[in-house]
Amino acid sequence: MTGTDTVLGAPAERREGREKVTGAARYAAEYDHPGRALAWPVPATVARGRVTGVDARPALELPGVLAVLTHENAPRLGEPDDPALSVLQDPRVPHRGWFVALVVAETLEAARDGAAAVRVLYEAEEHHVTLSAADPEAYVPETANGGYPAVTEHGDPDGAFAAAPVRLECAYRVPPLHNHPMEPHTTTARWDDGLLTVHTSSQGTSAVRAELVRLFGLPEDRVTVLAEHVGGGFGSKGTPRCDVVLAAMAARHTGRPVTLALPRRALPAVVGHRATTLHQLRLGADAEGRISALTHEVTTYSSRVREFVEQAAVPARVMYAAPDSLTRHRLVRLDVPTPSWMRAPGEAPGMFALESALDELACATGVDPVELRVRNEPETEPDSGRPFSSRHLVECLREGARRFGWAGRDPRPRSGAAGPLLVGTGVAAATYPVLVSPCVASARALPDGSFLVRVNATDIGTGARTVCAQVAADALGVPPERVRIEIGDSRIGFAPMAGGSAGTASWGWAVHEACVRLTRKLAGHTGGLPEEGLAAGADTSDAAGAKSPWSRHAFGAHFAEVAVDTVTGEVRVTRLLGVFAAGRILNPRTARSQLVGGMTMGLGMALTEGSTMDPAFGDFVESDLASYHVPAHADVASVEAYWVEEDDPHLNPMGSKGIGEIGIVGSAAAVGNAVHHATGVRFRELPLTPDRVLTGLLDHAHPPGTLGV
Amino acid sequence: MDSQHPSAAPASRPAEAAPHSETTLRVDGKPHTLTVDHRRVLLDLLREDLGLVGAKKGCDHGQCGACTVLVDGRRVNSCLQLAVALDGSEITTVEGLGTDGEELHPLQRSFLERDAFQCGYCTPGQICSAVGALAEAASGHPSHVTDPAAPSGEPVPLDRAEIRERMSGNLCRCGAYPRIADAIEDVIP
Amino acid sequence: MKPFAYVRAGSVEEATDAYAAHPGARYLGGGTNLVDLMKLGVETPAALVDVGRLPLESVEELPDGALRVGAMVRNSDLAAHPAVRDRYPVLSQALLAGASGQLRNAATTGGNLLQRTRCPYFQDPSKPCNKRVPGSGCGALEGVHRDHAVLGYSGSCIATNPSDLAVALAALDARVELYGDRGARTLPATEFHRLPGNHPEWDTEIRPGELITGVLLPAATAGLPSAYRKARDRASYAFALASVAAVLHLSDGVVERVGLAFGALAHRPWRARRAEAALLGAAPTRAAFEHALELELADAEPLRDNAYKVPLARRLALDVLGRLARPATY
Repeated sequence: MTGTDTVLGAPAERREGREKVTGAARYAAEYDHPGRALAWPVPATVARGRVTGVDARPALELPGVLAVLTHENAPRLGEPDDPALSVLQDPRVPHRGWFVALVVAETLEAARDGAAAVRVLYEAEEHHVTLSAADPEAYVPETANGGYPAVTEHGDPDGAFAAAPVRLECAYRVPPLHNHPMEPHTTTARWDDGLLTVHTSSQGTSAVRAELVRLFGLPEDRVTVLAEHVGGGFGSKGTPRCDVVLAAMAARHTGRPVTLALPRRALPAVVGHRATTLHQLRLGADAEGRISALTHEVTTYSSRVREFVEQAAVPARVMYAAPDSLTRHRLVRLDVPTPSWMRAPGEAPGMFALESALDELACATGVDPVELRVRNEPETEPDSGRPFSSRHLVECLREGARRFGWAGRDPRPRSGAAGPLLVGTGVAAATYPVLVSPCVASARALPDGSFLVRVNATDIGTGARTVCAQVAADALGVPPERVRIEIGDSRIGFAPMAGGSAGTASWGWAVHEACVRLTRKLAGHTGGLPEEGLAAGADTSDAAGAKSPWSRHAFGAHFAEVAVDTVTGEVRVTRLLGVFAAGRILNPRTARSQLVGGMTMGLGMALTEGSTMDPAFGDFVESDLASYHVPAHADVASVEAYWVEEDDPHLNPMGSKGIGEIGIVGSAAAVGNAVHHATGVRFRELPLTPDRVLTGLLDHAHPPGTLGV
Repeated sequence: MDSQHPSAAPASRPAEAAPHSETTLRVDGKPHTLTVDHRRVLLDLLREDLGLVGAKKGCDHGQCGACTVLVDGRRVNSCLQLAVALDGSEITTVEGLGTDGEELHPLQRSFLERDAFQCGYCTPGQICSAVGALAEAASGHPSHVTDPAAPSGEPVPLDRAEIRERMSGNLCRCGAYPRIADAIEDVIP
Repeated sequence: MKPFAYVRAGSVEEATDAYAAHPGARYLGGGTNLVDLMKLGVETPAALVDVGRLPLESVEELPDGALRVGAMVRNSDLAAHPAVRDRYPVLSQALLAGASGQLRNAATTGGNLLQRTRCPYFQDPSKPCNKRVPGSGCGALEGVHRDHAVLGYSGSCIATNPSDLAVALAALDARVELYGDRGARTLPATEFHRLPGNHPEWDTEIRPGELITGVLLPAATAGLPSAYRKARDRASYAFALASVAAVLHLSDGVVERVGLAFGALAHRPWRARRAEAALLGAAPTRAAFEHALELELADAEPLRDNAYKVPLARRLALDVLGRLARPATY
């Protein structure tokens, strides 16, 4: 492995960086095929019911409107894997915002006007959109997202809890959260002689092609899915969304290339979101904070379209040694938009609850919260008993504490008053599983001394091109400049999506394998290379698909400093510092950006993000970027990410764990714990907006004058 | 605005009843005369009519900043500007920031060097916005975080808090904010 | 957005004539709210009369020491204007607390005053809203209304006015200059916006076809200590949860003049006349401020989800008044 030290692990610049800063990078809407038409969706305006009639004439009479697709005239589709993709197939309205028609026009303006002009009649039915833990229809599903069993139980959690000297019982709530990538879900589709080609904003083109093959009943080689540049996804583009299906239908129906870019306000209803999670936690511990009993019960919802269970109780199976434990998920099916993946599904909300509870335990026992976590380190994975392939949580906590200046912290709440501000600090741990999937890749040595590596990775902003080229160069033992890389094209062959923090591990493994094979082939080759070069391929189905005997997870620790304004209840994160143990970091430059990005999304989860289901209308009230507050520049003062060296031989040939999601895990809890330290008030419901924080401050008993202005 | 639109006069009034008008814009130094649908906003004109897709559509409602371009040197959300109302204006997009399309603008270079983006979708808007923000500060425009006691009319020095506040009209969901602030700091003389 | 005619006006008279000649017309200023609402289908003008290039783009000093702000002065230019920053700091601060750099570059003084509520039910044509469609009902009343009014609302509308500028103008005793087919007139800024009553479709007292030509900042409040403070969900680029604009002049240790206005509490900037009356002639003590605010906010009737606004507004006002009364301690 020559070149390892210089190539893999080097802070290489993004290969597509120049295109992105000059505006030359092309995203899915930006393929202006001759004759291209534009589409605009019509969302349902009832929370549940049936379409009883669609009058498209007012739209069709408008200049420039080409067609109106409805369930009555749209192409018939095959059975998809995801029922949410069965669009315009029947009159059923499973939730408000479900698309009931699509207008295709010569211009965006005509398409939008046409969508407003379509008259849809409904037969509305009673709807139920409000989540409650006491809902009589709540049930325990078989599995939660990721295939995890919905329930795990060890020993006698009730008995152990009853017997524990220190007992904590807390409820937390994480509201609906929306991915809102900057590029809305977009597809440009065209049909040429029965061949379907789509440029789509997706985290993985192989999965998109598989669905299009099912839906349109085509052989695989007649569908090409391209995703050259993708403006973020954060889980919401992990599998195809309805934009690609609608664009393909519209293109077939009109015989024109069609672009459909979903309007921002349509996204919350149709691209997935993180469902509300209601958490019930019980911790039993001894006076020194050693946990003996742990119960984490989560109630969440899904839509009527399909079952999706945010696996928020799963991290409690991994984190702390607790001999007697119970984790359980409960689900209520509601007439609401279908929830789906959002950055660290399960871990992000689950660790907010668990790590807040740990902080409450630290306060209850007087044990330093860093020390408390160290004290509860398990020997093996608590749930499975499997050994960890590597676990450096303690090192992350210690290193974070050192960098942050945790030592000497006054643990007393409200000990950090500075004028009208209350300043506090908090810590929380992070975890995310190591996932990896089979993938194919090829490598070709060319006579000019360069190499062409092809893998159907997708670059949603992670730097996939760059790091795959680094993996290739490392395995080939050549400088990365000699490696050309092709990604984002379903014709390359199967690859998993950019998701589950598994992209680099999965693609990289296949790239590495192909390059190693090519190197061997080259070693046995004599004379010059033929014109087409010399190629080798790899398929990691066996190696990457094999079940590991190890419990494999990345870990981390977040440290937050906050300033709470006692006049308004406004909270500002003045500092957020994370230290992660995620195997080998393959490109520190792009890795740091991703970790900081995840932490920033966690900051938003803590302070600004959340939406509200309207009980009367059945939609999310905060549906645009003016009302759903993703953090702005001014919210993000100092966010730093570091890592500890971790050498884990049980992962993949690169020795890497994923880094895309762990940054968001635990960061909201660190902020919340800092707010408790600052104010003495425990806020168990996110986000920590001024309405909530000021109310909490005022409800809390304070000595006279301490909340003065 | 008069000074920026010497030609602004009743004479340029288009046909009143028609839903479209002839409009001339100078975009990245090149004049374009088009018959524009009155409904067409600058962003869609750039992207659909001129093929200049650097300016991005993130929200279409002035809530994200991805569509930021410079109109007569000032940064605006191009998604909220009706093209017909800009007749005679000078537009600068991310494609027009560099010189001769070869050399990168210093901000484009610093964004690259600082890895100040990930997915890249907000990046053209961030860069155009930064160009505008630097000019505003230099011309004495205060911000929400400028000390009210700072002298009026004088250039405002840009510290991190100033940069963050002034760039807050440009959302970045990938969370590249700290690096964007670094990149902007790098080009402050 | 339906197709519409477009007329660019070269003079105020041309603008009002064009408006009169085009039924269903709207004036277009910076477009930052109107174009937004047209895309949503909330506004469906048959014609736009573009007033964006009218010669109303300067800030003039009047002989009596007042300042006249042209209606087309952009928000960013107004906030940066040395005379405004030096004499009416509350105005500059209010403008800079709103929107983003890009939006402030486009938004005009007149347009800012005419921006519509950000009530999500108003913005969604598929839902009932008495402001958008009189008689259709109010989705917010029983719906999600954390951001809505606590003062002066009615059973037909609980929306708030989103402008920061308007709150400062109310506190400053500014006047709004209007021109219409019945000639020119001015209205006190405090009377420009309305309470909803049974006609929430009327945001302001402006008459059909009338055009805002400018805003008069009076000599009486020039140079007085003043400040604006706003609480919001994120550190920038967000509408107010509550805000306060205050002008406070002390003389011989007592309050000689005070202008106090709240934002985001009502359908219009809420000028706190009762608090002001209690403060005039009083020593500027914390107790006096608390008493005055108690009087003012006693009528607040929070809805299910917005009770926080009352203490928030009180505390913002206490903070700002305290700063203005004792500048040295801050």
